[in-house]
Amino acid sequence: MDTLNDVLQFSINALSLGSLYALMALGLAIVYGILRLVNFAYGELVMVGGYTLLVLGAGWMPWVIVALLAVAMAVITSLLLERVAFRPVRNASANTMLVTSFGVSILLQNAALLLVSPRAQAVALPSIFTQNITVGGLTISTMNILTLVVCFTLLGLLTLFLTRSLLGIALRAAADDFTMTRLLGIPANRVIATAFAISGGLAGVVAIIWTGRVGSVTPSMGLTPVLIAFVATVIGGMESLVGAVVGGFLLGILTVGLQSVLPQNLLDFRQAVVFAIVILVLLFRPQGLIQGKYARERV
Amino acid sequence: MTGSSTRALWQSHLFAVGMLIVPLAVAAVLVATFGGVVLQRIFIVMLTNLILVVGLQLFSGNSGLLSFGHVAFVGIAAYGSILFSMTPQAKSLALRQLYPVLQNVHLPFLPSLLIGAAIATLLAAVVGFPLMRLSGAAAVIATLSLLVIAHTVFINWEEVTNGARTLFGVQQYTTLWNALAWALFFVLVAYWFKETATGLKLRASREEERAAAVMGVNIVRVRWVAWILSAFIVGVGGVLYAHFITSFSPVAFYLSQTFIIIAMLIIGGSGSVAGAVVGVVVVTLLTESLRAVENSVNMSQAVPFTVSGLSEMFVALAMILILIYRPAGIMRGREFVWPLWRARKESDS
Repeated sequence: MDTLNDVLQFSINALSLGSLYALMALGLAIVYGILRLVNFAYGELVMVGGYTLLVLGAGWMPWVIVALLAVAMAVITSLLLERVAFRPVRNASANTMLVTSFGVSILLQNAALLLVSPRAQAVALPSIFTQNITVGGLTISTMNILTLVVCFTLLGLLTLFLTRSLLGIALRAAADDFTMTRLLGIPANRVIATAFAISGGLAGVVAIIWTGRVGSVTPSMGLTPVLIAFVATVIGGMESLVGAVVGGFLLGILTVGLQSVLPQNLLDFRQAVVFAIVILVLLFRPQGLIQGKYARERV
Repeated sequence: MTGSSTRALWQSHLFAVGMLIVPLAVAAVLVATFGGVVLQRIFIVMLTNLILVVGLQLFSGNSGLLSFGHVAFVGIAAYGSILFSMTPQAKSLALRQLYPVLQNVHLPFLPSLLIGAAIATLLAAVVGFPLMRLSGAAAVIATLSLLVIAHTVFINWEEVTNGARTLFGVQQYTTLWNALAWALFFVLVAYWFKETATGLKLRASREEERAAAVMGVNIVRVRWVAWILSAFIVGVGGVLYAHFITSFSPVAFYLSQTFIIIAMLIIGGSGSVAGAVVGVVVVTLLTESLRAVENSVNMSQAVPFTVSGLSEMFVALAMILILIYRPAGIMRGREFVWPLWRARKESDS
């Protein structure tokens, strides 16, 4: 019975963390797939969502609305960044785009530092984020269940959108071969804006769950999510959206697994191990576990 | 004919290098003579940053590969050197869990500096060879991974680094003069490297990877040589920085430092040594004047909160504007050419 409970506990923790990581990775991959832009500023979209929760979450309006507004702010920021910063360098080299996003990331972090506070600030959250429920000797935090439900719903909705709607199909086509898609009469700006909007929306949802887990917001809170997204997309395959989701789940399972297996003094080095795996994947399987349909050759 | 053109070539090299070295040396003399303590501090930090950016330029500028990992070598050299330069007494206070073997080792500054930089160089040589096969986004994420790995090790290897806490008790060996000497030396090295056979092959691979390979350039090898050399340069920069500020924590060798040196290189223009030098000077002027604004605002208490982050914000903004409107940087990948106005005319066309 005990071992069964342990297995169940482990599965729920791993799946819940994995689904969160999958959302993070998907938000990064959806933009990379189309623009070949490794968006460092993705983490700051999470930060913007978190600070919206902080500023609006004083309890004078229903929390669901606050959460929706946080997602909306992340979407608006993402679209704004696309228009102001990324569109002018869209046709420049991949390095130029990447450094631009790094600059945007630093700019937003320091704006939060300047306008709000460099210190971590606690966010008032509804009790659903902190409760535990007990089912037959199994203690599960509602946070984990909420994460699972929200992430799987979103993944489902996104799959429907990407496979059933014209815009979604155009988006996937653009991720495979952008030039060809444009030649077929799909407006580039609309597809790219859609990708950034989805990326922002995912970042907003991640912001709510992440803030719920950590309990506070800081100007640099986006760093961990963006690093997780990098790792997951590289492992899963940067060219493929399915790969990003698979990479996210794998990383979640790996994280929870290492946590229960490794002794404490080695646990501190876990991040180093994970990033060493990233380098190894890049060297030996640069296309990741799941290859995009039109994976480009790399040297 | 060959005689006069060789002479002209030498003259142009001499002018390009002179335009970098002479103003820096003159500025150093002026700062040492007339500048106060604050100005001297700013100037020394600028020189250590100059070493880092010149080192980064040697690799990124010539290979066209962006590296987010160089600050890892800055940190490795810094932490490596202090193990030898610190006195046993200082170690027993600052590094309580240090391995007994290293406890009583104490060397003068120059050997410590060289050992620190050598450790960084050696590690760079080992991890670098496979990494040099990667290009584009993969290269960036791989080098960023190096930085994260190094940072994780700095934070958790308490025996050697004092963990995430500040390490104190490092003797201040770095002066304006030895920082200047190393900076000028590395400017010369970077300028010379561009013109060596390896440098030329590397630049060819930057322009056209396949064509260079077809011409017989071993791309991985020439990238690797530049990577190792640049790791040594930034390593020395890290040692000088550590022995100037004398107390530091792993955060000093992470993303904000990475951002600053990348921004300096991009703003000046990564294609030339002149770009690296100009970028460092311009960004230092920008950040220091903004810091002065921050300080005076905070001192006067004109606003009810503490202003911070202003300088980083403006550097980031400047970098984005440069990337949009002048992607090759202020110097547009050129060295200084006599007469100066001709360079501007050529690059406009």
